[in-house]
Amino acid sequence: MHAGAPSEADTFPKLLLEHARLRGAATAMREKDLGIWQAWSWSEVAENVRDLAGGLSALGLRRGENLAIIGDNRPQLYWAMSAAQALGAVPVPLYQDAVADEMAYILDDADIRYAVVEDQEQVDKLLEIKHRLHKLETIIYEEARGMRNYAQPFLHRYAEVQRLGRKLHEDHPAFLQREVDQGAGQDVAIMLYTSGTTGKPKGVCHTHAALITAARGGCEFDRLGPGDEVLSYLPMAWVGDNLFSYAQAMVGGFTINCPESGDTVMTDMREIGPTYYFAPPRVYENLLTQVMIRMEDASRVKRALFHYFLRVARRCGAEILDRAPGVSVIDRLLYRVGRLLVYGPLRNVLGMSRIRVAYTAGAAIGPDLFRFYRAIGVNLKQLYGSTETCAYVCLQPDGKIKLDSVGPPAPGVEVQLAADGEVLVRSRAMLKEYYKRPDATAEVFDDQGYFRTGDAGFFDQDGHLKIIDRAKDVGRLSNGAIFAPNYIENKLKFFPQIKEAVAFGHGRDEVCAFVNIDLGAVGNWAERRGLAYAGYTDLAGKPEVYDLIQECVEKVNAELAADPMVADSQVHRFLVLHKELDPDDDELTRTRKVRRNFIAEKYAPLVEALYAGKRSCHIETEVKFEDGRRGKIAADVQIRQVQTFPSAPTTPAVTQRKAA
Amino acid sequence: MSAQPPAGEALLAVDDISLSFGGVRALADVSFDVRQGEIRAIIGPNGAGKSSMLNVINGVYHPQQGTVRFRGETRRRVDPHRAAANGIARTFQNIALFKGMSVLDNIMTGRNLKMRATLFEQAIYVGRNRREELAHRAKVEEIIDFLQIEHIRKTPVGRLPYGLQKRVELARALAAEPTLLLLDEPMAGMNVEEKQDMCRFVLDVNEEFGTTIVLIEHDMGVVMDISERIVVLDYGRKIADGSPEEVRANPAVIDAYLGVAH
Repeated sequence: MHAGAPSEADTFPKLLLEHARLRGAATAMREKDLGIWQAWSWSEVAENVRDLAGGLSALGLRRGENLAIIGDNRPQLYWAMSAAQALGAVPVPLYQDAVADEMAYILDDADIRYAVVEDQEQVDKLLEIKHRLHKLETIIYEEARGMRNYAQPFLHRYAEVQRLGRKLHEDHPAFLQREVDQGAGQDVAIMLYTSGTTGKPKGVCHTHAALITAARGGCEFDRLGPGDEVLSYLPMAWVGDNLFSYAQAMVGGFTINCPESGDTVMTDMREIGPTYYFAPPRVYENLLTQVMIRMEDASRVKRALFHYFLRVARRCGAEILDRAPGVSVIDRLLYRVGRLLVYGPLRNVLGMSRIRVAYTAGAAIGPDLFRFYRAIGVNLKQLYGSTETCAYVCLQPDGKIKLDSVGPPAPGVEVQLAADGEVLVRSRAMLKEYYKRPDATAEVFDDQGYFRTGDAGFFDQDGHLKIIDRAKDVGRLSNGAIFAPNYIENKLKFFPQIKEAVAFGHGRDEVCAFVNIDLGAVGNWAERRGLAYAGYTDLAGKPEVYDLIQECVEKVNAELAADPMVADSQVHRFLVLHKELDPDDDELTRTRKVRRNFIAEKYAPLVEALYAGKRSCHIETEVKFEDGRRGKIAADVQIRQVQTFPSAPTTPAVTQRKAA
Repeated sequence: MSAQPPAGEALLAVDDISLSFGGVRALADVSFDVRQGEIRAIIGPNGAGKSSMLNVINGVYHPQQGTVRFRGETRRRVDPHRAAANGIARTFQNIALFKGMSVLDNIMTGRNLKMRATLFEQAIYVGRNRREELAHRAKVEEIIDFLQIEHIRKTPVGRLPYGLQKRVELARALAAEPTLLLLDEPMAGMNVEEKQDMCRFVLDVNEEFGTTIVLIEHDMGVVMDISERIVVLDYGRKIADGSPEEVRANPAVIDAYLGVAH
């Protein structure tokens, strides 16, 4: 075990108390508040958790019950998690940007009586749906601002609840220890709701033992321990945040840093300089897009330097990071100069100067993107996992990184492939059950206790797992060729100009696609060309933008044509959607995965127009604003025919161009 | 709650104000009062004298006739500096920030009147000035947090979109911890979401700090929603004064402003 990390404790509250005993003065958490990084030591965290737990108990929270937690990543909400666990209750974090209606389902399904929320915004959402939620009794809010005129007796201030707990502790000093001692590894530690890509969200119940197994495995794998710093900025309701910011920090004893607000993450990251970092591919993509946009504005000398050394890094950076042999002395020298002039400052701007280990997961990452970060010396690795598997199935070991695989199975995990290519997993870091859904639980395990991930994949010759798509999404074109929509969409999304893409083709003879442009990248591009636009819809419809996107699609087609397996999946026609796909309109999941079938239904006229070979199509779409009001966006969406290439790799110059 | 008269009593009363520029009569015999703790709106068509009224209240213009009574003190002439020191802060119709300075520095200028250190102390950052700066910075950070502009703390104001600049201007006005806050079209040129944010901030300021607010606004939805009482001006004259319902039902107002066949 690393740096004497505790090993006896079998639940998170026990781990917390042990840290408070062993390294009470060490920093456990930080949060930037009022412009200053405020810190809490392990013993202060333990005290706060004790007070909150006491208060919750005094208010009537009982062992085995569920406690909803809603808000941004704040220390106080992580304490609420620990406090619930200390009492033997189960924390249920919800996505904080969900609208009230979406929350209602989960709150009802999880039989929530108590909720700890961040601020007025969340309180308002709960009040809006409270009349439907007969079980919801008590709401505790952390941030008192704007709450002056809320007189409802079931609303309590976080600090007040803690005061109750402090009094309880004074009267019964042994109370918390007794409660914590009653907990066991097999108790449910947390309930995380699946994103509901398929049907209604299900509550995934994880035991302390499962999460601690996954966390310990990860900490040992990457040698994480006291002294490491992680930035907690991903939704608490996501398994990734729970594993990386909560479970691993509790096991490894490292420091959690909460940003000031969702908009300040990039600045906060630079100030903290985390050593350990986790983000879905889109975050890495956004960072890179921002850098590239800013480089466009840089002076010519800087731009030339940047691009020159980036080429050097692309050539040898990843190899140098992996300590691979065969890098020439000149390249090594150039890379050193590059580190001084470009990579070092760039990593500093990104807040990645101190990163030892960075992970990405949740979706496929573009090879260019992946290689970029590794090339500038960020040890970016991929992992594979899901909510049900505690995000712990495959991890890429240092030095054995491949662009298109997710690595070999992690220590203690068995992976098998079903006949149809579905990935099956067995390990201790596995869900106990779906809440109140024995049918669904039985369905996801096969008779040997393997969990069906629903992902299709295969092992390469080195035993690394490659994931191609969701097993159920892999379809066939009408000529029988394989059609993996995600694969095509990802290729499209790897262009910074394209934010989202949706590919259609199952049961059809050609592939067509919807595209969402990236307003940041394309907007900047338009400004540079003096192209005036009023907003997303206007910009999306510009013929110049269509030309730009067409270029991207044609490049993708050329790539697809080079691989006989997917050559038939070249995109024949595309359109740029008149509105941005949005989780508030149910078009994306909260983790921003496209809900392909829902989109196909919602925009049926557009899909039809694509396949009917029309040149444009009028559509009106209802949209939900952030405050829950509704409005309409109408537009005439243009459709573009795209050049496709014959399957045998030939030079694009000689292929004939299908009518533009 | 801040200073002076208890809620509900008149914090400000303008009495019989007339103001002309040469031959142009900007305001003619206008009287109304603003109660402690309320949100009071001034509306009217373009050129009705709304901004002039604000300028009279904080001493930019000196009316030829009439008096302004603020916190029980009647005055005829006052300069803006005095008005600010007395607790009147304002924002402007066309944003008046220091474009090249960061958001933080802009808001710090709002604390200027509260600084006691001498120029020499400020220059070398010692003693009283050091303590003061820290205290002022803490106050400014509270306001930054309140208006949720943490992410642009260090950004030069000139680079910000319009809606955010408006919010920074409000922040600077709040930094003076005013008793009376004058907002000149705080939501002009904003989109629906920005307007809603701004509305919430105005209400929050009123509720959290107990600041009395006088605002000029053209968006009738906003005015009817957030203000307790409304003064309607037309061609420099007051044509109505009352609750949103009363004003909405007033035929003179409908003719003059809400439009007959609009």
